[in-house]
Amino acid sequence: MSSAISDTATLFGLCGAALAGIGLFVVIAHPGLLRRLVGFNILGAGIFMVFGAVARRGAAAGLPGDPVPQAMVITGIVVAFSASALAVALLRRLFDLTGRESLEPPAAGETPRAES
Amino acid sequence: MTPLALAPVHVATPGGYLLVLALTLPVIGVLAILAFAPRRARQVALASMAAGLAVAIAILAELLRTGDALTYVVGGWQPPLGIALRADGLSAALIAMTALVISATGLFARGMQDLSPETRDGRAATTFWALLLATWSALNTVFLGEDLFNLYVALELLTFAAVPLVCLDGRAETMAAALRYLMFALLGSLLYLLGVGLIYGAFGTLDIRILSGLGDGGPALSVALALMIAGLLAKAALFPLHLWLPPAHAGAPAAASAVLSALVIKAPVFLILRLVLDVAPPEAAAFAGQLLAVLGASSILFCSVMALRQARLKLMIAYSTVAQIGYLFIVFPLASGPEGTPPWETIAWTGGTLQLVSHALAKAAMFLAAGVVAEAFGHDRIAGLGGFGRALPLSAAAFGLAGLSLMGIPPSGGFIAKCLLLTAAVINGHPWLAATILAGGLLAGGYVFRVINTALASPATPLAVQRPIPRRLEMTALALAVAAVLLGFIPLEPFGLLQIGRSGLATAVAP
Repeated sequence: MSSAISDTATLFGLCGAALAGIGLFVVIAHPGLLRRLVGFNILGAGIFMVFGAVARRGAAAGLPGDPVPQAMVITGIVVAFSASALAVALLRRLFDLTGRESLEPPAAGETPRAES
Repeated sequence: MTPLALAPVHVATPGGYLLVLALTLPVIGVLAILAFAPRRARQVALASMAAGLAVAIAILAELLRTGDALTYVVGGWQPPLGIALRADGLSAALIAMTALVISATGLFARGMQDLSPETRDGRAATTFWALLLATWSALNTVFLGEDLFNLYVALELLTFAAVPLVCLDGRAETMAAALRYLMFALLGSLLYLLGVGLIYGAFGTLDIRILSGLGDGGPALSVALALMIAGLLAKAALFPLHLWLPPAHAGAPAAASAVLSALVIKAPVFLILRLVLDVAPPEAAAFAGQLLAVLGASSILFCSVMALRQARLKLMIAYSTVAQIGYLFIVFPLASGPEGTPPWETIAWTGGTLQLVSHALAKAAMFLAAGVVAEAFGHDRIAGLGGFGRALPLSAAAFGLAGLSLMGIPPSGGFIAKCLLLTAAVINGHPWLAATILAGGLLAGGYVFRVINTALASPATPLAVQRPIPRRLEMTALALAVAAVLLGFIPLEPFGLLQIGRSGLATAVAP
């Protein structure tokens, strides 16, 4: 592979790594679930960019890119979309029930209820 | 880039179509439930379970008959471009275990729903059947997958089926528990996905069998494996990452708890096992094994003590799950065994697998028995259950028998498993691990006897059953507990079974 392609791919990969870092920070540092969800999406976007860089670097002769990681990214986007949808649905329900949108422990005095 | 294998790595075997059936039958069941809901959901689900159980038995029989692993190459495309499904002895044992537990849980759930006919065809019931079958399909995919990205998709399917199972009853606490579970699981999957990307970038393939033959993978492989294993640990709820598990498993309806605790967390454990033994280069595997064993041992000690301190029965069982999962991680340093012996020929490997299967059966039995108790008395506070053994003798017996296996008292599957692990720890010179195994057994004895003691107490005013429990409902839990005990009587047969299909792999043992 020529050095120019390698450089573009490296830059792309580094951007992906930076995005993944930002996303991870948001996921860990923020208690609010909606922000965490956005963090997960940023983290996911970073990972998909790494896949993109991998596709560029792994390109066979004559092809602009290796199609396998691209197929994986498409699958990954579908999965990430479903995960976000599920999380948002659960979060909305939690908000409707309690008015909270974080997982901070509820106020003291709430007794554990029995299962039925 | 790196050379790709030219000779076919996977050769399809005649029985391979069974593996496809194992994946697709539950999915067809889910689609049929969506089409026929809500009237026919139960019939469709139970029919799918019968068919799935038959397929699992057929896979096991075919494996024993041919003495070799079953392989199916999807679409005839060889890896690295295509993906393969493969069932060796371990996968087949886990598929059989899954089919057994899911079917028993299905029967239990049917009995439980019959108790309240007005909600029998309701939304929660219908959703439960669809999610149960979806969980089953995802589990089978994890156990059969050979492609790391395919396994990622399977793990995500498993999460998406398992998280709603936690919050089926829609209360605020279970919603919070489900969300916490989802957060841990999503972080775990994304770390795993990043590792997959790095491995593809370095080697151009994601097939476990090809990767196992590559030898030393350099720093890229180590970083990728560290990311993937860390992600999977979050899903497997090992000690420092276990916080999501107790509220999630204790808050779910009884049948869902049984599936979550017995089966769902076994999938990431199984993947860690495959990554460490099949993919990791020997030195990295040894290092990871030590680290995982330390975490496993802490998990056993810390969560057993936590289980002792719980006031509620289901929370106690959930903490016990984290403790018992710890045993599966101390297998790694023990299975590295004497020089030249591949891990799957050591007694620790057999012991670990037996622990996995017997825990699945025993824990499902415990959760179902606890579900019956909670249904009968309206709560599950241990202090308020004095003398429940008189009202529900079969459930108390099921709990006790399952407890035998968790404690490791003969005769039971758990006894053989812990005995093998203990022997391996002594032979290989790991006194701390041996002491941990013994201490874990004692602590398990403590929390099981606390419940048995409550069950056999004779309070001044006998406990009144709030609603009658049909005998059949209790029998399901008892049958699973008896199966866990019976595992202790077939010690020799699994040895051979677990080695089927392993010998072809390049060994991950230090030269």
